[in-house]
Amino acid sequence: MAKIGVFVCHCGENIAAKVDCTKLKAAMESHPGVSIATEYKYFCSDPGQESIKKAIVEQGLTGVIVAACSPRMHEATFRKACAAAGLNPYLCEIANIREQCSWVHSDGDEATEKAIEITRSLVEKVKRNNELQPILVPVTKRALVIGGGIAGIQAALDIANAGGEVVLVEREASLGGHMAQLSETFPTLDCSQCIMTPRMVEAAQHPNIRLLTYAEIEKVEGFIGNFHVRVKMKARYVDMQACTGCGDCIQKCPQKKISGEFDCGLANRPAIYTPFAQAVPNKPVIDSRHCTYFKNGKCKVCVKVCQTNAINFDMQDEYLDLEIGAIVVATGFQIQDTSLYGEYGYGRYPDVVTGLQFERLASASGPTGGRIARPSDGKEPETVVFIQCAGSRDPSKGVSYCSKICCMYTAKHAMLYAHKNHHGTSRVFYMDIRAAGKGYDEFTRRAIEEDGAGYIRGRVSKLWQENGKLMVRGVDTLLGKPVEVPADMVVLATAMVPQPDAKEFAKTLGIGCDEYGFFNEAHMKLRPVETATAGIFLAGACQSPKDIPDSVAQASAAASKVLALFSREKLEREPIIAMNNEATCSGCWGCVLACPYNAIEKKDITDRAGNLIRRVASVNPGLCQGCGTCVTFCRSNSIDLAGFTEKQIFAAVMGL
Amino acid sequence: MSEVFEPKIVAFVCTYCTYAGADLAGTSRLKYPSNVRIVRLPCTGRISPMFILKALQKGADGVLVSGCHPGDCHFDHGNYHARRRWTVFNSLLQFAGVPEERVKFSWISAAEGIKFAELIREITEDIRKIGPFEEYHKLIAETGSAAPL
Repeated sequence: MAKIGVFVCHCGENIAAKVDCTKLKAAMESHPGVSIATEYKYFCSDPGQESIKKAIVEQGLTGVIVAACSPRMHEATFRKACAAAGLNPYLCEIANIREQCSWVHSDGDEATEKAIEITRSLVEKVKRNNELQPILVPVTKRALVIGGGIAGIQAALDIANAGGEVVLVEREASLGGHMAQLSETFPTLDCSQCIMTPRMVEAAQHPNIRLLTYAEIEKVEGFIGNFHVRVKMKARYVDMQACTGCGDCIQKCPQKKISGEFDCGLANRPAIYTPFAQAVPNKPVIDSRHCTYFKNGKCKVCVKVCQTNAINFDMQDEYLDLEIGAIVVATGFQIQDTSLYGEYGYGRYPDVVTGLQFERLASASGPTGGRIARPSDGKEPETVVFIQCAGSRDPSKGVSYCSKICCMYTAKHAMLYAHKNHHGTSRVFYMDIRAAGKGYDEFTRRAIEEDGAGYIRGRVSKLWQENGKLMVRGVDTLLGKPVEVPADMVVLATAMVPQPDAKEFAKTLGIGCDEYGFFNEAHMKLRPVETATAGIFLAGACQSPKDIPDSVAQASAAASKVLALFSREKLEREPIIAMNNEATCSGCWGCVLACPYNAIEKKDITDRAGNLIRRVASVNPGLCQGCGTCVTFCRSNSIDLAGFTEKQIFAAVMGL
Repeated sequence: MSEVFEPKIVAFVCTYCTYAGADLAGTSRLKYPSNVRIVRLPCTGRISPMFILKALQKGADGVLVSGCHPGDCHFDHGNYHARRRWTVFNSLLQFAGVPEERVKFSWISAAEGIKFAELIREITEDIRKIGPFEEYHKLIAETGSAAPL
C-alpha cells in the first residue's frame, strides 16, 4: 500500500500569493494513497528539508511529492534529502506549481485548480516509481584540450601539473593562438611573446602532455568519463622525428610570395614554413595549396637541401583514436571581416588596418621589427585615427554584443604609438569607454592624460583618400559638431567573432552554441565553464569575447572541473536508462534503429549446450542516455525507460 | 452571454527544451491561460501516440506535443523520430476525423519562453472555438471503454 507524503511549499509568497496552498494540501490529504500532506514557507530551507526527512521516517513513506518550483531547480536538493532519510531518491518527484502555475496565471482559483491537478498527476506517477540505483561507470583519466592558445595551454598545464594526462590538440602548425600575435598586453604592457612563449615550451615539454599540432577533431562519441575521440593528423609533409628545425628548407623555398596568416597579410611566407620564428614545435609544414611541387610536380628544392631527409611528399592525413575522460574546448575566436564596412575603406586603402594588424606592426617580432609603419609606403604615420566598435555593438550590420577587449587595446595602441613616435598625433573615435577590470580604467586615463590620445565621442560615417591623406569624417557628439581628421593611418577595432566553423563544431561535440556561434555554458552565472553535456568544459573566447586574464581564469576553472572528475575512480550516473524484457523481446531491432547512441546490442540467448535459441536486444547501461526513443519504437512493449515507464506516464495522465 | 468554454489541454514535452522554455515563461512572469497541464518526459522521442490517445480518452479536449527544434535535440535525433511518428499518427487522426486543432505539434527551445506563452494562448483559443471533444467522449461512454485509473 502506497504511503505518499505531499509537501506543499509556499516559496515565500511566490506560490502562496496565487495558489491556495491550504486548499491544495486538503485536496491531497483526501487523495487515495496519500498519508500525509503538509505546507511550509520554504521546504528547500534546512528546517524544511528536516521536516520532510522526519515525515519519511515517522510515517514510513513510500514516496514523496514536493509541490514547489521547477524540478530543474530543486529536484536534486529534495532527492538528496530523501536519500538522507533512507528513502530511495528516485521515489521523490517535484510538482512544478511555481514556474508553470503561480507565476504564469493571474486568477487564483484557476491556479489552485491547476496546482491540484499537477500535484495529483505526480502523486499517481510516484506511486508507480521504482527504486533505482545509480549506475557506476569507470573514468578514463585522460583529458583532451582542444585549442592551443593561451586558454588551452593554461588548462593543459593545470591538469598536467596536478598529475593528469592531457592530449593537447591544435589545428595550426604551432601553439600560441592569437596571444602569440600580440605586441604588448594591457594593462601592464608586458611583451606578449615574453610571457607566452615560455608557456608554449612548458606545455610542449611537459611529460604529462601529448601535443598534437596541425591536427583537428574529426569525431567525438561516448559520454563523460568515456569519450572516444578521433583526431585527424593533417599531413605536414615533414617527418617530425627526422626534422631538426634547422630552417634551410624555409630559406631556400622558391615560392616566397604567399600572404602570411600569422602577420595578417602584412608579410609573405614561403610554401614550407613555420607560422612564426618562435613556433612550438619549431618544425615546418608544407602548404600543399601553394607548393610548386604539389601544383606542377616539379621543384623539390626542400628535398635537396634537407640534410636529414625529413621531407616526404607522399605523407597522407592520419587518424588517431583516443580514449578520453573529459574535454576542455578552447577553440578561441576570429576577428570579423571588416570589409563589410565599406565606409571605413578596409581592403580599399592599404593604410586602413585592423587592430590585429596593428599588433603585428607594433610587435618586435613583426614584419617591421616593431616600427609602426604604413603598409603602403613604409613611412611612419604622423596622425593615426582609431575607430572603435568597428563591428561590435552594431545590430544592423555587425554584431550586437560588445567585444569587450577593444576599448583596452585601442588605448594600448594609442600608447604604443605615442611611445614609438613622440611627435605623432592619435585620435580615437569611441562610443563609450568600457574599461572595467583591475587597473583598466587607470590605463585608459594614462593613454589620454600622459600619452596624449585625443578621444572623440562619436561614430565615423565616411573615410576617403585626398592628397595622400586618409580623410576621416565623423561626429563629435559632445560638441554636437561634425569633425574631419586627416590621417596617415586608420586602425579599426574589429569585432571578435566565433571561429567560422564553430556552429558545426558544436554539433561534432554535442554541445550548444548561441546565435553567433559562441559555445553555451550550462548556467550563465553558476556553471560558467561547464556545458550542458557532462564532461565537456569551456575555456576562453570560444564561449564569449574575453581578454587574457579572463581566458586564463576560465581555463584554470575548467581544469579544476576536470581534476574534480578525475579524482574519482567511478562516476555515478542517473539510472534513467532503458531496460529490456528479454522474455518478450522478439528481436525486431526497431530499437537499434531508433537509438541515437548505438547503446543497444544484439545478445545471443543459448541453451545449456550452447546452441543459439534466439537473439534479443540488450541495453548497454554505460552508453544509454535515457531518451526513451526505443521504448516508443518497441513493437512488443519489451523495452521500458526507468523513471519514465509506460505505467508511470499513463498514471500521470490519468491523474490529471 | 454564455460562459466561456475552458478546455482541458494536456501537453507532452521534453525536459531539455520545451519544459525549460515553459520554466522561462514562468521566470519571465508571462501570463497565459491555465488550461494546459504539462507531462514532462526526457525527450519527444519517448512520446508514444498511446499517450495522446490516453489523454483524449481521459477527457482532454486537446493535446500538445512539443520538443527541441530539429537539430537541437539533447539526445541528438530523438525529435526526428518524434516528428516522423507524429506525421504518420496525424494522418491517422485526420482519417479518423479528429479535427486538426485538437492535436498540435511544435518546437520550442529553452530560450523561447515568449513563444511558449503565445502558443498556449493560441491553442487554447483554437480549442475554445471548436468546443469540447464531445464526439470522442460520447464514443467512450457508448463503448464503455472509459479508462480506469
